[in-house]
Amino acid sequence: MSSPIISVRNLDKVYASGFHALRDVSLDIRRGEIFALLGPNGAGKTTLISIICGIVKASSGSVTVDGHDIVRDYRAARSTIGLVPQELSTDTFEKVFATLRFSRGLFGKAPDPAHIEKVLRELSLWDKRDSKIMTLSGGMKRRVLIAKALAHEPSILFLDEPTAGVDVELRHDMWRMVRRLRDEGATIILTTHYIEEAEEMADRIGVIAKGELVVVEDKATLMRKLGRKQLTLSLRERLAAVPAALADQPLELAQDGHALVYTFDTQTEETGIAALLKRLAEQGIDFKDLHSSESSLEEIFVGLVHGKPQEAAA
Amino acid sequence: MNLHAVKAIYRFEMARTFRTITQSIASPVLSTSLYFVVFGSAIGSRMGDVGGVSYGAFIIPGLIMLSLLNESISNASFGIYMPKWAGTIFELLSAPVSFVEVVLGYVGAAATKSVMLGVLILVTARFFVPYQIEHPFWMVCFLVLTAVTFSLFGFIIGLWADDFQKLQVIPLMVVTPLTFLGGAFYSINMLPPFWQHVTLFNPVVYLISGFRWSFYGISDVNVAVSALATLGFLALCLVAVWWIFRSGYKLRS
Repeated sequence: MSSPIISVRNLDKVYASGFHALRDVSLDIRRGEIFALLGPNGAGKTTLISIICGIVKASSGSVTVDGHDIVRDYRAARSTIGLVPQELSTDTFEKVFATLRFSRGLFGKAPDPAHIEKVLRELSLWDKRDSKIMTLSGGMKRRVLIAKALAHEPSILFLDEPTAGVDVELRHDMWRMVRRLRDEGATIILTTHYIEEAEEMADRIGVIAKGELVVVEDKATLMRKLGRKQLTLSLRERLAAVPAALADQPLELAQDGHALVYTFDTQTEETGIAALLKRLAEQGIDFKDLHSSESSLEEIFVGLVHGKPQEAAA
Repeated sequence: MNLHAVKAIYRFEMARTFRTITQSIASPVLSTSLYFVVFGSAIGSRMGDVGGVSYGAFIIPGLIMLSLLNESISNASFGIYMPKWAGTIFELLSAPVSFVEVVLGYVGAAATKSVMLGVLILVTARFFVPYQIEHPFWMVCFLVLTAVTFSLFGFIIGLWADDFQKLQVIPLMVVTPLTFLGGAFYSINMLPPFWQHVTLFNPVVYLISGFRWSFYGISDVNVAVSALATLGFLALCLVAVWWIFRSGYKLRS
């Protein structure tokens, strides 16, 4: 496997206010992947991104970007990064084309109107190239921020809550763009509140809570490891309670006693379903239908953030 | 050195000037012209010469300095404060630039605007008052040096300020009084002896005196002292900006 494009080691951040935003975070981002960083508000997502990008100073620990230390060799490290911030911070009086030209120059790239045109066209902004940013809608401003981040052809793109407050169409446009950038070789790191976004986009997922990285895993592995399946049996006759003879089973009554829900671990070789069905028959409990469901990433996320992954699907 | 970044910042800031040309250029030229009309032509015609120079001509260097100081500070402080206020500073902080490129871009643009303004005022003055420039080379040197130094000072104010009031307080409450009391409208020799000594603690005295010397060959203090005082202040400002970027004070949390 190639060396990680971003390597974070034992990163700690305590703000002047005393708030401990990051605690001993270590993380490797693989070249060419889409990495989703999930976490509730104040978890440390933006602080982590801001340190890597050079906006916030770390209290301790180290970060390398493409082999370059972000402090000692900041020019080389930063020139590879594009950042789309969470806030819609734009030069409101500036025109769209001019603001991209500014961003490209700021990151040390020679003027290239053709590249800027390409970026603007891809983000459906070409018609707005001579418009002042203040005249654009919120969604358009979000596109401008993405275009600015892409103006200097970065190999790493940070998207901090990129689809917060944007409509469904723009969200799907962004997802398509992110996939295309990844296909072209870029590495994408996104933070999001939208679980479906991580589920849809990410190759790997990191969950951060209270400044600590709770888990980093391939999306599929994470769902397999921490995901629980549930088997729901629709009963022919209503039950008032789970029979005492089945009390040792992970069973719950649902639908006002018309259904039994059996929770099982996808990791074990034996799900216990066959044994359960046999015991139900022995107890004379008949069912007319059954279906299984898998816990969503959202349920896993909630479980992880609250420190009870085993209850994620319960 | 990231020259593309210097060019990008410089171009961005100059574009801002031309977008707000009424406020940046026309307004200070007009207000300074009013000084020429009132103090130069109207009142000045009834006043005696100062050091062998007509009063109208005598106040030209002081008035140029007055505008130069105010506009240098205002342009540079506003230039760096606005990205902080609007939140767009993240782009500058995450860019592969050192304080050298940032200062060259922002301060270079602010100083350029101030020099443009100084030249415009000088040209405008010709319509109201006749004057000569005995040392044109040194006049340009003082003009550029003062514009750069006070743009740098304004840049520091912009970095330090975290609201619009702080942005205005030093130019309005410190710089303008110092300029008015720094010999813009009079020679310090006109003051009582005690105040002559007190006024030597005003750094603006050295700027105006040196600049006036380049016009008429007369000065309140030695011209070398004026130049050294300005260079010393420039060095002090450079160290302050270097420290701010190195420590991240008010920039990087």
